[in-house]
Amino acid sequence: MKNREIFLRGLLKENPVLVMLLGTCPTLAVTTMALNGIGMGLATTFVLLGSNVVISLLKRVIPKEVRLPCYIVIIAGFVTLVGFLLERYLPALNQALGLFLSLITVNCIILGRAEMFASKNSVGKSALDALGMGFGFTLALFCMGAVRELIGAGTIFGIDITFGVLEPMLIFILPAGGFFVFGCLIALVNRLTKGRAAERRSQADGCAGCPAAGACGGCEEVAK
Amino acid sequence: MREMMIILVSAVLVDNFVLTKFMGICPFLGVSKKVDSAAGMGVAVTFVMVMATLCTYPVYTLLLVPFGLQYLNTVSFILIIALFVQLVEIILRRFVPPLYQALGIYLPLITTNCAVLGVTLLNITEEYTFAQSVVNALGAGIGFTIALLLFAGVRRRLEAANPPKPFSGMPITLISAAIVSLSFLGFSGVVENLFG
Repeated sequence: MKNREIFLRGLLKENPVLVMLLGTCPTLAVTTMALNGIGMGLATTFVLLGSNVVISLLKRVIPKEVRLPCYIVIIAGFVTLVGFLLERYLPALNQALGLFLSLITVNCIILGRAEMFASKNSVGKSALDALGMGFGFTLALFCMGAVRELIGAGTIFGIDITFGVLEPMLIFILPAGGFFVFGCLIALVNRLTKGRAAERRSQADGCAGCPAAGACGGCEEVAK
Repeated sequence: MREMMIILVSAVLVDNFVLTKFMGICPFLGVSKKVDSAAGMGVAVTFVMVMATLCTYPVYTLLLVPFGLQYLNTVSFILIIALFVQLVEIILRRFVPPLYQALGIYLPLITTNCAVLGVTLLNITEEYTFAQSVVNALGAGIGFTIALLLFAGVRRRLEAANPPKPFSGMPITLISAAIVSLSFLGFSGVVENLFG
């Protein structure tokens, strides 16, 4: 596979959230504002890049039987690192992401990429894959956050655009709005790709090897 | 006792882990197709949540805090959970085969369930005592089970529904989850009035 393709497929064609339906928890939880979505996306991209590179470097060292605990520890290490960096340089974002910053550890996108890609490919390719998937994740979170912030609070990046004329619909930044917007976005993707997104979900190699296979929504779609 | 009841009811209804805190969405969407598997997953998650809290709380207070290593909580908790889940699987398979038959297939999936790591970390950030942590974990587990069971019922109706084509499958499921979540919003304020 060409390097360009490895990078680009994560952005749109195999977008981890909108097409593959992975990492739904942070997608729903932190996207009350567009900026939080971007922050979460970039934090996850950093962890994904670090863990993919390290796992790719160690792919001959890690014994196959205990690879999952090894991957989880590597990922958790990078999560701790991100936590430190945000606490020092971006305390406001750290506060907004809260518990979900630590929960990047169990984001199935990261473990999935480690298992499906980094453990089988070279360091350079794994890094590209991490960047593509990470930016795809960031893009999806930004879309979610922008829609919810616009309708729910009447602002974009914190700037009020309703001029006091329209009353924002608070429900969109409440949990129920998260489910609703996510459902509509996936429906939109299905419509725009004329059902190809759902097909790709079933063909992609993304799920079968994932340790969370069967427990997550994406996989059941595959089984169908 | 009153305090414990407040923590329990809040964790089950008001701050429902799945529907208001967005933890454990993957199993919520994946395993809620049938009522039996929803119940199995719910019981397995509740069990692991309570046991994980029993393990992680002492590790945090007796090991990490005295040595000033609080920042290692994520790394150590996820390791404990992974080890513990593996251990439970082995013990159940060896000594309680019927239970293993019922819960076994769900256990490996629980390691990467963010609700379990979430509840152990939340107990620390909320500064609960040991007993409060266990009650909170139990409440979170019960809340998770209730959400899964309720949603399994909703999904049975969805199977028969005929939504527009782009909405079929996951989108319509998410939109019905939004409505279920909306109904849980009605519980906010209940706890204060019940015990206040």
